[in-house]
Amino acid sequence: MSTLLSITNLHVSVANTQIIKGLNLSMNEGEVHAIMGPNGSGKSTLVNALMGHPAYTITSGSVTFRGEDLLAMQSHERALAGLFLAFQYPKEIAGVSLRSFLLAAHRAQAAHDSSITRLSPIQFQKTLHAMMAELKMDPAFAERSINQGFSGGEKKKAEILQMSMLRPRLALMDETDSGLDVDALKIVAEGVNALRTKKQDTRSKKQINDNSHNEPTSQPANQQQSFSALIVTHYARILDYITPDHVHVMVKGKIVESGGAEFARKLEKEGYEKYGGKEETKTIALEMD
Amino acid sequence: MTRVKTPVSASIPKEEKKIFGELSRDIFDTANPSPYADNLKKGVDEGLVRKISADKNEPQWMLDHRLLSLKIFQEKPMPTWGADLSHLDLDNIIYYASAGSKNTDDWGEVPEDIRRVYDRLGIPEAERKMLAGVGAQYESDMIYHNLKKEWEDLGVIFLDMDDAVKQHPEIVQKYFMKCVPATDHKFAALHGAVWSGGTFLYVPNGVKIRDPLQAYFRMNAKNMGQFEHTLIIVEEGADAHYIEGCSAPKYGSQGLHAGLVEIFVKPSAKCRYSSVENWSRDTYNLNTKRAIVERDATMEWIGGNMGSGVTMLYPCSVLVGEGARCDHMAIAFANAGQWQDTGAKVFHLAPHTSSKVTSKSISKGGGVAVYRGQLKIAPHAHDCTANVECDALLLDDISRTDTVPDIQIRNNDVTIAHEATVGKLSEEDIFYLTSRGIAEEEARAMIVNGFIEPIVRQLPLEYAVEMNRLIELEMEGSVG
Repeated sequence: MSTLLSITNLHVSVANTQIIKGLNLSMNEGEVHAIMGPNGSGKSTLVNALMGHPAYTITSGSVTFRGEDLLAMQSHERALAGLFLAFQYPKEIAGVSLRSFLLAAHRAQAAHDSSITRLSPIQFQKTLHAMMAELKMDPAFAERSINQGFSGGEKKKAEILQMSMLRPRLALMDETDSGLDVDALKIVAEGVNALRTKKQDTRSKKQINDNSHNEPTSQPANQQQSFSALIVTHYARILDYITPDHVHVMVKGKIVESGGAEFARKLEKEGYEKYGGKEETKTIALEMD
Repeated sequence: MTRVKTPVSASIPKEEKKIFGELSRDIFDTANPSPYADNLKKGVDEGLVRKISADKNEPQWMLDHRLLSLKIFQEKPMPTWGADLSHLDLDNIIYYASAGSKNTDDWGEVPEDIRRVYDRLGIPEAERKMLAGVGAQYESDMIYHNLKKEWEDLGVIFLDMDDAVKQHPEIVQKYFMKCVPATDHKFAALHGAVWSGGTFLYVPNGVKIRDPLQAYFRMNAKNMGQFEHTLIIVEEGADAHYIEGCSAPKYGSQGLHAGLVEIFVKPSAKCRYSSVENWSRDTYNLNTKRAIVERDATMEWIGGNMGSGVTMLYPCSVLVGEGARCDHMAIAFANAGQWQDTGAKVFHLAPHTSSKVTSKSISKGGGVAVYRGQLKIAPHAHDCTANVECDALLLDDISRTDTVPDIQIRNNDVTIAHEATVGKLSEEDIFYLTSRGIAEEEARAMIVNGFIEPIVRQLPLEYAVEMNRLIELEMEGSVG
């Protein structure tokens, strides 16, 4: 397996406060990693910094994504390279419909990557509605302003919808489980798991497609690529539904211990005290939105 | 003013690149040769006013009205409030020029260079899109006019204003400058003296026009003034939608636009007036628009102001009949070197009247956007409702926005709401969009277009598209 993401000795600060202090992490293609840790340990900072959030300054270290220098890229270039951030607090954008936003993002992808079929607005709408049905979302949400008037759970589902449409190589999921009830969490997890398995089915699916219709494939993004995820979470709950390949504990800006899927359960039971990372009540303003 | 062109981002698909590439400010800022303006006199005097009237072969009453207006113009002082007009040299403006072609209703007969301008502006194309009629004013004479026969048969009159004076004197004389008299202010008086061309629209009782009627005005010669007169009468129970688009090429010397729009909305009638103004940056746009709205009638103003160096424009609704309503929706974009002083005036002069004003402004590169509003409710006008909402968006730290409301309520039985907000483009919002692969410049334009969307969606499609593209153009180079 080839290396997808490689983070070496990363230091990140926000408003002159050092949050991440020498973090190392390596992910292979197709893997799902979870990062757990107490509030204020820098988990959200890590994924936001990887996506290129303007408030976060990389003071030292390096990050390569599929062999390329991620930190040299602008935020939209990172997205076009295959990175996706499912926001903990998705933004509300007045006057821009979710559909037109996703269509613009899809067109940017198709313009960037010739292996992605550019869908017509009507084809795109069909695909979008099919995806919304899978996530049990009312198609009317597509015509509403991005996240405006959405409940907390609807916003999180909308993030997964965007992820499913854009089919990233690596999804950074920032506390996606917070604020979700069990039913919504299951739907969200199914959305993620579908992306994980779709790549394995690719060949057979394509076969069926080729035999049955001459229509372009209903999937906008490239099906050949693998899907990986870096899940940031406080609780192990989401990991009951999405089984990670690796689990890491992050405390005070560093990964202090790593393990397999079963490690998450142990962590939740024992807490983070033994790493010296007490539950901090004071957290960084940006992480709390 | 410097405009920094940045390369179009690689993330914009090729077809769109082409569309945006073709649509540049140059379309609007390019001048055709105008030999007919070379020897024309600058400034205004009685001789010129008499010449205009004689050229147009006008009846005596119109000449008298012009001369009276000229006298008022010469006596009135310049306005001392609002935008800075101290650099406007009224003696250096050509007040009247005729491009020399006669009105025609066959597009093929329009001279080629003039046609080229309109083709670039997409006028015949707009007509092909089933607009009910198109009138286009080039310089001072209307050169192209068309109205679907269907409406003509119902008695709808859609004419060049100059022709209307001759063909329908009884209607014109009854209404002309009765809504906005020459005594109103200095530029109304100037307009009364030198007005030329424009649109006359008369919709008889009960006739409801489904499709919008539209006109396009354009200044071409240097130091040119444009003083078109729009007179709209919507009779009882009738319904009309009229659209104006305006532009001028760029010269780096002053142009003056002092048009006048008068609308009479009779009982239970409805009129919607939409305009997108994109005069070049060296134009002073000092326009007066007013409607008299009678019992149970509705007046809607929808406006986009993108161009001009200085704009002073406050569409006005005078609600004179019980149950009259008005709705004002406007967008102003002030870029570097621009002062957009716009707003709305509403007079509630009868009981049970209601008004709504929604104003959105965007300031960028040091541009100034001012919302100036006047709301008056008369002592006997009980049970009135008035809502004013103005939102300003500042795109950087050097731009400016002001809100100057003047509210005078003379009775207690009214419901009034005034809300004003000022916002900035949020880095977090931009990041949310760029994190999906949308380039920063496009993301900014998207948010700005989203901000004005509630008003743009009221515009006819091709104007809405033009508005969105203009915003994208104006946003070029906004990524620092």
